[in-house]
Order: sequence, then structure tokens, then C-alpha cells
Amino acid sequence: MRYHPLTPDDRLTMLERIGVTNVDALFRDVPQSAVVPLSAFDLPDGQGELEVERALSRMASKSVAAGAGPFFCGAGAYRHHVPAAVDHLIQRSEFLTSYTPYQPEIAQGTLQYMFEFQTQVALLTGMEVANASLYDGSTATAEAVLMAQRITKRPKAILSGGLHPHYSETVETMAELSGQVVRAKATPGKPDDVIALIDDETACVVVQSPDVFGLIRDLKPIAAAAHARGALLIAVVTEIVSLGLLEAPGLQDADIVAAEGQSIGNGLNFGGPYVGLFATREKFLRQVPGRLTGETVDAAGKRGYVLTLSTREQHIRREKATSNICTNSGLCCLAFTIHLSLLGEEGLTRLARLNHAAACALADKLDKVKGAQVITPTFFNEFTLKLSKPAANVVEALAKKGIIAGVPVSRLMPHDPAVRDLLIVAATETNTDEDADAFAKGLAKVLS
Amino acid sequence: MTMNNQGRPSAVGTSENHELPTISGDRGLDHEEPLIFEIGRDGMTGVDLPDVQMSETRLGGMRRRKPIGLPGLSEPEVIRHYVRLSRMNYAIDAGLYPLGSCTMKHNPRLNEKVARLPGFGDLHPLAPQSTVQGALELIGELMMWLTTLTGMPAVAMSPKAGAHGELCGLLSIRAAIAARGEVRKRILVPASAHGTNPATAAFAGFVIDEVKGTADGRVDMVELEGKLGPDVAAIMLTNPNTCGLFERDIRHMADATHKAGAYFYCDGANFNAIAGRVRPGDLGIDAMHINLHKTFSTPHGGGGPGAGPVVLSAALAPFAPLPLLVRDSRGFRLIEDRDELPARAKPFGRMCAFHGQMGMFVRALAYMLSHGRDGVRQASEDAVLSANYILASLKDVMSAPYGNGPCMHEALFDDSFLEGSGVTTLDFAKAMIDEGYHPMTMYFPLVVHGAMLIEPTESESKESLDRFIHVLRELALEAIAKNTVRFDGAPRYAPRRRLDETAAARKPVLRWKRKDLPQAAE
Amino acid sequence: MSEVRFTDQHEWVRLDGDVATIGITKYAAEQLGDVVYVELPETGRKVGAGGEAAVVESVKAASEVYAPVGGEVTASNPALSEDPAKVNADPEGEGWFFKLKLADKGEFAKLMTADRYAEFVKGL
Repeated sequence: MRYHPLTPDDRLTMLERIGVTNVDALFRDVPQSAVVPLSAFDLPDGQGELEVERALSRMASKSVAAGAGPFFCGAGAYRHHVPAAVDHLIQRSEFLTSYTPYQPEIAQGTLQYMFEFQTQVALLTGMEVANASLYDGSTATAEAVLMAQRITKRPKAILSGGLHPHYSETVETMAELSGQVVRAKATPGKPDDVIALIDDETACVVVQSPDVFGLIRDLKPIAAAAHARGALLIAVVTEIVSLGLLEAPGLQDADIVAAEGQSIGNGLNFGGPYVGLFATREKFLRQVPGRLTGETVDAAGKRGYVLTLSTREQHIRREKATSNICTNSGLCCLAFTIHLSLLGEEGLTRLARLNHAAACALADKLDKVKGAQVITPTFFNEFTLKLSKPAANVVEALAKKGIIAGVPVSRLMPHDPAVRDLLIVAATETNTDEDADAFAKGLAKVLS
Repeated sequence: MTMNNQGRPSAVGTSENHELPTISGDRGLDHEEPLIFEIGRDGMTGVDLPDVQMSETRLGGMRRRKPIGLPGLSEPEVIRHYVRLSRMNYAIDAGLYPLGSCTMKHNPRLNEKVARLPGFGDLHPLAPQSTVQGALELIGELMMWLTTLTGMPAVAMSPKAGAHGELCGLLSIRAAIAARGEVRKRILVPASAHGTNPATAAFAGFVIDEVKGTADGRVDMVELEGKLGPDVAAIMLTNPNTCGLFERDIRHMADATHKAGAYFYCDGANFNAIAGRVRPGDLGIDAMHINLHKTFSTPHGGGGPGAGPVVLSAALAPFAPLPLLVRDSRGFRLIEDRDELPARAKPFGRMCAFHGQMGMFVRALAYMLSHGRDGVRQASEDAVLSANYILASLKDVMSAPYGNGPCMHEALFDDSFLEGSGVTTLDFAKAMIDEGYHPMTMYFPLVVHGAMLIEPTESESKESLDRFIHVLRELALEAIAKNTVRFDGAPRYAPRRRLDETAAARKPVLRWKRKDLPQAAE
Repeated sequence: MSEVRFTDQHEWVRLDGDVATIGITKYAAEQLGDVVYVELPETGRKVGAGGEAAVVESVKAASEVYAPVGGEVTASNPALSEDPAKVNADPEGEGWFFKLKLADKGEFAKLMTADRYAEFVKGL
């Protein structure tokens, strides 16, 4: 086996030093009846690199890659161009094959990029502090709700109807263990009235902007209403590139920002791994879940970085930890940091403008198609279309023509017949004018 | 003849000037590197994008008014910056990484390559299911491998890491108990458990009841049986346990647990010791998460991302979270909502958006196909053999609390051999850094004083193991002889000396701030 | 004249009238190492004897501080949030944690005297 350096002779010499005659003797604590022969596993034997690559390539070829044709899916995951330098750098052995930086003297590379990441996320979200990432946007949102419950010592979380339904379900699964979750009704294309649901039991209001239908929300009045009742505002962002153009949630008085960072540096990967961004106010620092990197000095007085405030974490606090999380999204967080370093202020602003312009142009084209109507008056790079036919059928029909038209709302809310004809469409810098034309033409045909 | 004195001298010179400070502050290949915020400047970018005209009418008046404050760097600057940072890291590719319970094994590059195939990497999670059949087939194939290797009937694929998998397992147990119309609040956790176990149990709303260990490093069966009762929901056990030992009484434990009406959760962090030889399903386990980044070698990436699928017994399978993957005449299909559940399915909820860590799934399956069942078994055997080789080679100089019997894939030492030497476990570990090694896991498990847990994995050659053993022996002998010069203030030859963690925690500085601006956060 | 008593959880209590000032002992501070953070109870909170009242953190460990006697919190030491190192520098003086209005003087009388606590520590 190409990955196993020990030779049969090595094994014999080693067994001799240990003082046993065969490797089975090392497993003597395992009940004999529990040991099974290889034949008990109905699985193939090992294969060479060529064979494995062939088998997996064959499997991969059975799917239609997003880059294979006109492609307009969003709803929480976005196709952006990732510069070649990003993938090259994250595959460096020293990043790819290192562990959590528990030995800071020989992990400054990881610790420093995490410090840079925390700074970038704080700047981007307009918040004071950020952690070194969580699993993804949905789990970051759930962690934000739990944190709000801890801070306010109140049970109830109010979720906007514009929050991505997968996020809402994740929050319900996690936060109903210790509290109560109330979902506002979805109002595609219009702001929902979460303010009316706030009461004295409310720990937090969770509002996504742009929301799952693409609509841009004004968070300030919601923050004011929440704060007036002693509740916190959690702002959720699933398309982080939008903050290159839109007002940061921190400047709209959000108390916690939970976001999906996939759009910067990370590919679609069929849903994971992604990178959860988590930022808040300094006064809530002790309640923050996940890893934090801090600046310090070494014994020789040189600046360096360490994991800090780790007494919040599971390996020390055990059952009193702020969260059971023990990992961040290391390599995805690195990809985010590198891509954002490449973009810089100028690049991110241009990228955001490019996305918005592409979406505006597409919306104008599709709105002219008979049987299609854009129902989101404001949006960044994603909007919702009302169609004259069920959106899922339209998507299937267009897929047969090689056009991946978007995400039918019914896929996210199958129990709600009112959304059957709604389609969420995203456009990014990767879409060409020809893509948009093909979509409009195809849609016209399918709807006629 | 003519003497040519020009050109390069051939003598190696002396090394006396080693400590001479350099003008630059850098030393040879060791470069100091500032933060990107200190390198960048306004207006620069490493990505060429057109500057498009756009109207603002569709932004609803929410356009950003102030700059974000991100620095601008060109591509060569960014590459140099991150390459220099990378060189400050230790890595398994660069050396033996004996972190017990973390499983730092070789990460095959084929796995990286196939994960980037557009048919896996460039797929949207909500693309029409008819267009992602290959991805669903891959998940199905991986599920088949995981259930076959563990002898369990079902697996939940969405958990994003080990701790997330633990939570998934416990929520399944919670749902199963609720479905029986019962209330059970207590979870029994051995003292030697990973910190995540009690953290997760508390998070899932349970009360933790700690079970003591025996003198030979295993769970005290008498105490366990004494604590089992009608209010116990589950026991949570790592097997092989965190002392690197197989729990001999595991079947007895499972029987007693089931008899009490409770479930048996196994922390699968150490599955890599027994994969291909023992099936957890045969041991009576009800739920076990599998760290794909440990046993199946998806790269640790400096702390993530991982993946933590959970295998489930028949009793727990109906409660697995959404989404579910089924296969019918039309092919593979994801069930993402309660409206279309198959018979008996009662999912407790959803762990995260979308369907799990696909990128990790591809890598793990590539690992499995490469190894095959024979290779998986060989990997476990070599991991156990290597750990025992280290134990046998060091236990005469370093104290091994359970050194009488064989260990599994990790060898545990304590600090009693350092007693009176003035050297602590921490000093010992830091001295290893100067010798070119990453330290072992220290001060864990908590049940052993000054613990040092060494996990060599199957990826080391005998020569590599021998060299490591030689270095540790010499270090141990020097410590025992109270020759502390290598330990005082170590490491000396790393990019940094010991860092002041107290200062970092007392006045946390968690982000860079522009020096010329007032401190925004205060 | 105020009197100081001790607990086997390494807290000290100084009683002035019916006001009890509470902190952790010199021995505890040495065992913890450098204290980096102290979480104190808010004024007005009622705690029972033996109840969790504060948390003290070093770099590597977090420990609960229990109220040795029951009562209502009247003050917590503002200096500790700014400079937690005071707990190490002067644990039984400037490094006090919080003050309680004592509910039951009998609880105080049951605690260890300085001499008995010194014996107790010696036996650890």
C-alpha cells in the first residue's frame, strides 16, 4: 500500500522489541468474538491512484458542473471566480497538513492569518470583534441565537420570514433545546413585520439582509425596536460580497452578525465545507463561541499570536463551555482571508458593483419575458421572479436545455403552496451577457 | 600556475557568529512578516476587475457610505505574504506529528485533486437533483463504506465536525427517548472523556454524571452499573479510550446500558485503531460519530474544516436529521423536508444548511478506495504496532501509567519520571520543538498527571520512529539527570520563543487597528 | 473589629457588622496562577450559602467561586475587571471579589478560623 511505509521485515523487528509474535497479540483486549475477518466486509480491496481517479472522475461526470453552462443558483451559496493564487496557497503543506495551533511557537502562520481574518471580518461587518470562524453561516446563526439567550437570559428568538429556511430549521434544532423559536411568516418581495412579534421575553430578532428572496432590509428600525424591549438584533448575511456595496450591519446597530463567507475564496462544493463568520460588540466578548486569536509577545519581546480566552471553550470548560464547538473552518477561513487580501477595498467594491450590475441587467431582461415578473424591488445580486407556471417544473425544463435557472422557492418551503411559482435567481461576475440572453430566451419558450 | 583567489570560498567557515543580530531582523530562510494591514495601501488590488457603471435605484438607499478599511495588495505581495506565513508552521508533511487523539496521518494529494473535479467542487447544493446525480452517488457510496465498516444500519451525513456529530447523536437519542414517552435527563460520562463529550451533553440539555476510572485506565464497571437507572439517557464512551486502551468490558457495558433502557453513544475519535478489524455495531453501540479528518485522513487544515458523520443503530436510525438520501427507480434523491418522508422516518431536525461537508466526503472516499478493506485494516494494525513500538522503546525511561499491557494506537506517559527534575511536561514538550518535532498531546487525558499522549499513526517509517524514539530517550535521560539546559526557556530555535498567554488573555487584542485613529472599540 | 473566616473551597469572608466581604485565599490564588479574568455577581442578586457567585479564570482554567454564606450582593470589586492581576498581588486585601449583606450569622460562625484553614491547607 503506497501510503504505508512499514515493510514486513520492519513489522517483525518491531513486534520483537514489543515482545509479541504477531500483531493480533496487540489487540488482546478486544473480545475475540468481536474481531471479524476481512471477508466480513463486503468492500473492494485497495486500488492504485489511476484506478481511484478513474472511478471518481466517472462519478463526477454524472453531474452537470455549474461552469458547464448558464447558471443562476444562489439562495445561500454563490458561484464566484476564485483567483488561482488562493487555491495554490491553501494547498501549501504547512497550511493544509497542520493541526489546530495549540503550539504557538510553531504555528504562527495559522495564528497570524486567523488574526488577519478576525480583523477583516470585523471591518467588513462593521463590528468590533470577530472570532476565527465557525462551521458555516447556518450554524453561526444558531450560535448567535444561543449567545443572545445567554446574554439576555431570555428564552425567545424571533426569526424573520426572510431568513433562509435551512437556517431557520438549524436555529430551531439548536435553540429550542433551551428556549423558544418563533418564525415570522415569509412575505416574498416585501419586508416582514418582525417588530410586531417582539415582546419582553424576546432574546433576539434574527433578520437576514439581503433576505432569502434577495430583498435588501433596513435593519436600523428593527434594531431600535429590539433594543427598546431589551432584545438583541442578529443580522444574517448569506452573500458576503454584498457588503462591498451595502451598509455594514454593524453600522445599522446589529448586536451580532452571523454570515456565510463561502462567496469569498471558496467554491460551491455542493454545500460544504463553507466558513461561518461571527462578529459582535466587544462588551459581549466573553460570550462569543469558537476560537479567538490574540496578539501578544514572546519571551524575546517579539510580537506573536496565540489562541486566547480559551477558558470559554469545551476542552477546558467542559459542560460549562459557551459552545461544544472545537473546530473552526481553518482552511476555508484561510481561503477567505487570501481572496479578500487579493481583492482589497478596491477589488471588493468593484466585485460588488459588478455583481449588482449583472443582476440588474438580468432582472430587466427576465422581467420582459411574458409570464415572468421580478417581485423584489430592491436587491443586490439575487432577486425573486414570479412565474406563470410552477417554478420547479420550469427549472427542470430549463435544465434539460442546459440552463440552471435558479432555486425554486418550493424547494426550500415545500409546504407553502403560495410560493409554488416563485424562483430565486442569482447573477454574479461569472455570468456573461450571453448567459443572460440564453436564460431569457429559454424561459420565454418554457413559459409560452 | 596562476592562483585564482576570486570567486566563492569553499570552506564552510565557523558557526561562531550564530547569534549575531541581522540588519533586517530576518535570519536566512526565517523571515519576519508584518500583517497585511501593515503592508497594503489604498488603491492597490490583486484582482483586475472592470469598474462598471451602475444605478443605485435598486439598493433601496442602503448603499455603504464609508470605506471598509481593507488594505490593497498586488498578487505578488499577497503570495509572498502567505508563503512566508506558511513557513512559520509545523506540518505533517514536514515531520512526525505525534498529537495523541488527533491522528495526524498522511494526507494523500490524490484526494485533493479529485475533490476539485468540477463534477464535485463546482456543484451548487440546490441545483436540480437531476443534474447532481454523481454527487449524490458519491455520498451514497461513502455511506455504504461507513455503514459496512462500522456494522451499523444507518448514517447521518450532515454533521460538520466531530463535536457536531456528537450533538447529532445525542439529539437522536433525545428524540428516541421522547418518542417512547419517557423523560431521561442523565448522561454518564467517564472522567477520561474528551472535553467535548460533557460540553455536548450539557448543550443537548442533559445532566452529566461522571464515572470514575479503574487503576488500569478503564471505566469502573461497578460504578457504571451502580449509576445506571431509569433516568439515564445514555452513556458516552470513547473506545479505544483516551488512555489509548480498549475497553475490555464494552459488551457488558452495552448490555447493562440497554437493560437500563439507555443508549450507548461512542465517541469515534479513535476508530482508526480498530477500523477493518472490529465493527462498533457488533459491540452494541447505538451511535458513533466518525471524524473523517482523523480516521479517513481529510486534511486538518490548521483546525478545520472537518466532517463528522454519525452511524446509527436501528433503534436510532428513524430519528436521523434532514436531509435524507434515498435511492429509487429514478436514481438518488435528497429528502429535504418533512412533507415527503419515507415510512418510519421521524427526523429530529436539521444540523446545518444543505447536505454536509461534500469536499470532505470526496477526499474520504478517495482514501477508502485507495486503501480498500485490506488497506484500512493494515492502517489500523500499523498504527497500533507503531504506538506499541514507541511504548516498548520508551517505557524504561519515561513513565507509562498503563505500560504493562499493550496499548492501541496511542501510547500514554505521565510526568512521574520528571519528578524532582525541575522539568515539567510543558518544558519537555517545548524541548521537542527545538529537536524538530511537534510535541505530543499534553495534559490530556485529565485522569493522568502531566499526561503525554503519543500517536504516531501508520504513516511513519521505522527509521522515522527510531529517530523519534532516540530523541525522546535522550531528552528523558537528560531531564532525569537534572540536566535542564535544553528545557529551560525552550524552544529556542522556533520562529517564536514561548508566548505570553497571560498578557493575551488579560488585555485581549483580537484585531489590528489603525494606529492613527482612536481605538474604535473603546 | 472585623473577623475573617475561611472555607474548604478556598474562599475567605470578612465580616463587618452584617456585611461580608468575600474573596479567594492566597493559597487558591497561587494554585490558579496568573488570573486573567474575574466574573462578578451583579448588585442585588441573592445567593445562597454554597451557591455559585463568581468565576475566576487563569489562562488554562476557569473556576467557580461559591458564596461561603448566603445573602444579597451589595457590591462587587470594580478594580478587578480593569486589573485582574490584583487577585494574585493581594488576594486577601485589594483583590476582594464581592460584598454580601449577610442573611444568617450562624452560617459565618460555622466556617473555619484562620488557624484551622492553615491546618487544612497544610494537609492538602
